[in-house]
Amino acid sequence: MKAQAFSYVRPATIAQALDAFAGADGAATYIAGGQSLVPAMALRLQAPELLIDIAHLAELRGIALDEDGGLRLGALTRHAEAHDDPLIAAHAPLLALAAPFVAHPAIRNRGTLGGSVALADPASEFPAMMLALGATIEVAGPEGTRRIAAEDFFQDLYQTTMEPGELLVAFHIPAARPGDRCVFDELARRRGDYALVGCGVKLAMPAGTVDEARIAFLAVGPIPTRARNAEDALAGTRLDAEGIRAAQAALGADLDPQDDDQVPGAMRLHLARVLLGRLLGRLASAP
Amino acid sequence: MNAPLGALDRPNSYIGRSVSRPNAKRLLAGRGRYVTDLALPRMLHAAFLRSPYVHARIVSIDTEAARAMPGVRLVATGADLAALCTPWTGTLDHFKGMKSAPQHPLPLDEVTWSGQAVVAVVAESRAEAEDALGAIEIAFEDLPAVADLDAALRPDADRAANGAEDNLCFRARLDTGDVEDRFAAAAHVVEEEFRFGRHTAVTLEPRAILADWDASEGKLTVHHATQTPYQFQDLYSRHYGIPEANVRVIAPDIGGSFGMKLHVYHEDMAVIGLSMLCARPVKFVADRLESFVSDIHARDHRVRARMAVDASGEILAMDVDDATAIGAFSTYPRTSAVEGNQVIRLMGAPYRFRSYRAELSVVFQNKVQTSQYRAVGHPIACAVTERLVDMAAERLGLDPAEIRARNLIPDDAYPCDSPTGYKFEALSHQESLARLKALMDYDGLRAEQATLRARGVHRGIGIASFVEISNPSPAFYGIGGARISAQDGAVVSVTPSGEVRCAISVTEQGQGTETIVGQIVADQLGVPRERVRVTTGDTETTPHGGATWACRGAGIGGETALQAARRLRSNILSLAGTILQAKPADLDLRDGIVVEASSGSERIALSELARIAYFRSDTLPPDTSAQLTVAHHYAPQGYPFAFTNGIQGCHVELDAETGFVTILKHWVVEDCGRIINPLLVDEQIRGGVVQGLGAAFFEECRYDEDGQLTNGSLADYLVPMACEMPDIVVGHIETPTADTVLGAKGCGEAGTAASSAAALNAVNDAMRPFGASIAQLPMTPTRILAALGQF
Ligand SMILES: Cc1cc2nc3c(=O)[nH]c(=O)nc-3n(C[C@H](O)[C@H](O)[C@H](O)COP(=O)(O)OP(=O)(O)OC[C@H]3O[C@@H](n4cnc5c(N)ncnc54)[C@H](O)[C@@H]3O)c2cc1C
Repeated sequence: MKAQAFSYVRPATIAQALDAFAGADGAATYIAGGQSLVPAMALRLQAPELLIDIAHLAELRGIALDEDGGLRLGALTRHAEAHDDPLIAAHAPLLALAAPFVAHPAIRNRGTLGGSVALADPASEFPAMMLALGATIEVAGPEGTRRIAAEDFFQDLYQTTMEPGELLVAFHIPAARPGDRCVFDELARRRGDYALVGCGVKLAMPAGTVDEARIAFLAVGPIPTRARNAEDALAGTRLDAEGIRAAQAALGADLDPQDDDQVPGAMRLHLARVLLGRLLGRLASAP
Repeated sequence: MNAPLGALDRPNSYIGRSVSRPNAKRLLAGRGRYVTDLALPRMLHAAFLRSPYVHARIVSIDTEAARAMPGVRLVATGADLAALCTPWTGTLDHFKGMKSAPQHPLPLDEVTWSGQAVVAVVAESRAEAEDALGAIEIAFEDLPAVADLDAALRPDADRAANGAEDNLCFRARLDTGDVEDRFAAAAHVVEEEFRFGRHTAVTLEPRAILADWDASEGKLTVHHATQTPYQFQDLYSRHYGIPEANVRVIAPDIGGSFGMKLHVYHEDMAVIGLSMLCARPVKFVADRLESFVSDIHARDHRVRARMAVDASGEILAMDVDDATAIGAFSTYPRTSAVEGNQVIRLMGAPYRFRSYRAELSVVFQNKVQTSQYRAVGHPIACAVTERLVDMAAERLGLDPAEIRARNLIPDDAYPCDSPTGYKFEALSHQESLARLKALMDYDGLRAEQATLRARGVHRGIGIASFVEISNPSPAFYGIGGARISAQDGAVVSVTPSGEVRCAISVTEQGQGTETIVGQIVADQLGVPRERVRVTTGDTETTPHGGATWACRGAGIGGETALQAARRLRSNILSLAGTILQAKPADLDLRDGIVVEASSGSERIALSELARIAYFRSDTLPPDTSAQLTVAHHYAPQGYPFAFTNGIQGCHVELDAETGFVTILKHWVVEDCGRIINPLLVDEQIRGGVVQGLGAAFFEECRYDEDGQLTNGSLADYLVPMACEMPDIVVGHIETPTADTVLGAKGCGEAGTAASSAAALNAVNDAMRPFGASIAQLPMTPTRILAALGQF
């Protein structure tokens, strides 16, 4: 299929981008890497009258530490950069660990973290990792900029707390601390496919016991999901077999995956348990 | 590795050599010319509005607004095209009692599957045509639909097509008569119900057609991504009433086909009429979504089967019931019953037992049509047979290799036939088994499996013997009344510069047909391969023939090329004899030079001979007849089919907690007779194996209960990809057919025929310690975990 005809603008600043959106009477869409939007347009699932190309906005770029030591990732950070960048590897290792599982190299060269998170596909890796990392999301709108905790950002399937026309500008991720341990894995039918279930774990273990656990799942419901009961079950343990089993058991209270035509909900929960057990086992046996 | 060449053993032999394809570089350099690449002056584009209903009556169609849309040149309905094109019916005479309703390019009053094309728009661009689709209003009246196979068979079932007496397309029975007795007397009976999902070809290049009706000459030229240009020349001619000689079908570069591109599709037939109505060239290229809802699907079988064995493990009998659902119509002109027919005839084919009974039901339902796709029927028959053999082995406590050794037809038992009537000239099952065991270190793998099991690692080993049908004679389609040729034709000539052209009716879709034809011609003529240019795929410039399907390109097309080249060689030597005043029998053509046969000393270059023949015939004696072009046809004689055989092995590791399977390695030992080009045979085998593994683990057209396809995109329909595919080791045995000089049989379907069966056995082998089993393809993690009782 061929996309419906559309107009195209390429603003130079956030302000121009917001203006262009405001002037289009709701018929505009931002395009960043285009890796989700262009296929949707080709299938005529989306038919915006105006494409506002934000891929050239300098304000949406950059990977750097802010004054408070946290990491600022511009929305235009590419999936491939998430995989390769040393600052990301140091402070947001879950993004680097998850990146190889996101699609294929050609797509990772163009797809952006901002686009992935703004789209809020519950089966996507990066939105869930933002949850696990405790990221804050900076968005710009006609009224100025505001920051939203990742916890509050994802509302429902493909729905976020961003208002129509708001731009995702950057992610702010707390600096890594000594003793942090991260691990990511997923179960996908083929390499690069959206997973049946995926999970990122970040443990704060400065002295051998789990001070804080953050566990986020993808593909288990309408939004990326933190497993708070499992996190609680782990907290205070030394990541021993018993603690791991307790965390696995607690998942039943965290996740309620629904049946779909491929995977029954009960199986997804089972896979989530298996995956969590394996990930925690890996962390426990890591030197 | 190669059998002695004998008559084929020539000093500059190309037969049996791994040479690369001359066309690969061109395609890699982006110089391919696919139908999609073609742009003709004044060309228009067609798009189709498709039914969202699974089964519905068309109440009314309002096209007025669409006609007024920018760029739109024509909006056509079923009635518009039915005025030009006669309907077609997908039956064959030798399938007694087979029925299927007549079909039109676009439906007149009823849609029978979701995705069926209903209205055509022709516009200046594809995008404008698609825009106009949105402005067409169709009023449908929903009708009850049948999606499920078993539901369709119930007497009170709704009908897939209104007014049909039942949903039965075709029923066949085979019975040697003694099956009940055999089962009653058997020491053991194993039985299983198998399910084989629908899948589809997913060619890299989708279906594409560009029709160009020239009203001034009454001439139709069709650029068509198809395997079978002559078949379509005949069909376009007869259904549109155009003299055959005025219809030219050109199949340019084709991006994969696998059987999918030899059936009549409604859109393709419509495009011919659209071009006639517009008097302009009209192009249609199916996009991927359209491919999923309109390309033929394959398989979709439910097989109940049982096998009787005696206490020593000898197979005594098989009893099979195959029900297969084919959509609302049987495809044209090859029908949708061939697959089922081959399923019931190929069951148990590698084994010695004589008692057999089978029942086949081919059933209509409201889904897109199924039909011939690579290895028609073979994977079903092979998986059912081979799984039952493994189940019998397990029951008897025999090793799977051992029970096969006891039951495979001995290599010295030929010629012989199968209980289903197939005649086998010479096969090598026992040698294949022995070779496979050595190739995969079978005993070593079994020992490793036992060690790993103790450590909680669950590996499985599966093997599967097969036969493959190749080189079909007119017994395939001709006797059923279909105008599908079993013969092929070639025109081979020497050019004035002493180069060689071969125009041949077998076609190229990426498998290397042109390469092997070039090898055979160069070899048999005695010229360097680089001097032979092979042309295929154009009904105006190549002779009529069967083209490429069912594994016939090498076996029939290759023999045609061989015989043509031999005739041309004899003409060349006779002319050389005249020029040199020598006896032709004392001369030979080697490497492009006429030499003295005994000493090899050079006498005259072919280029010089051609120069004389073409430009200085005045220097030749008056009665010289310089025939440097030979036209030759060859049709298979002797056996109705040349069967090939082989065996495959698959090694997998099962993650019993997740249901995921890693395919560790795959082995094939195959016997396709004379190997013309080992490189290409290996490629055919490997590609075929991957398609079979796709069917075993990944590929499935999933439908909801109402008959709507739920995964019609490449995001949701999983084709096998390189990362998940194992190394595939290929070994060869050569048992040439004596029916031809060349001795080649087919190899294009062997890989697909047995790889899913080997995988099925391997996964079941891995599941054995859990007391679990699986009998449904594809073997998804969900199905495996369910079988393991994990959730
Ligand atoms: C074959 C294939 C496989 C894929 N597999 C995976 C996978 O396994 N896992 C996965 O996570 N993803 C996968 N993707 C999706 C890919 O990661 C996308 O790139 C990503 O989801 C969107 O990023 P983008 O920059 O390309 O966004 P675009 O496609 O440009 O935009 C997506 C949406 O986000 C909006 N948007 C983009 N940027 C902003 C912004 N800064 N502010 C506000 N709104 C914005 C757009 O308006 C649009 O609605 C796959 C894609 C393809 C084509």
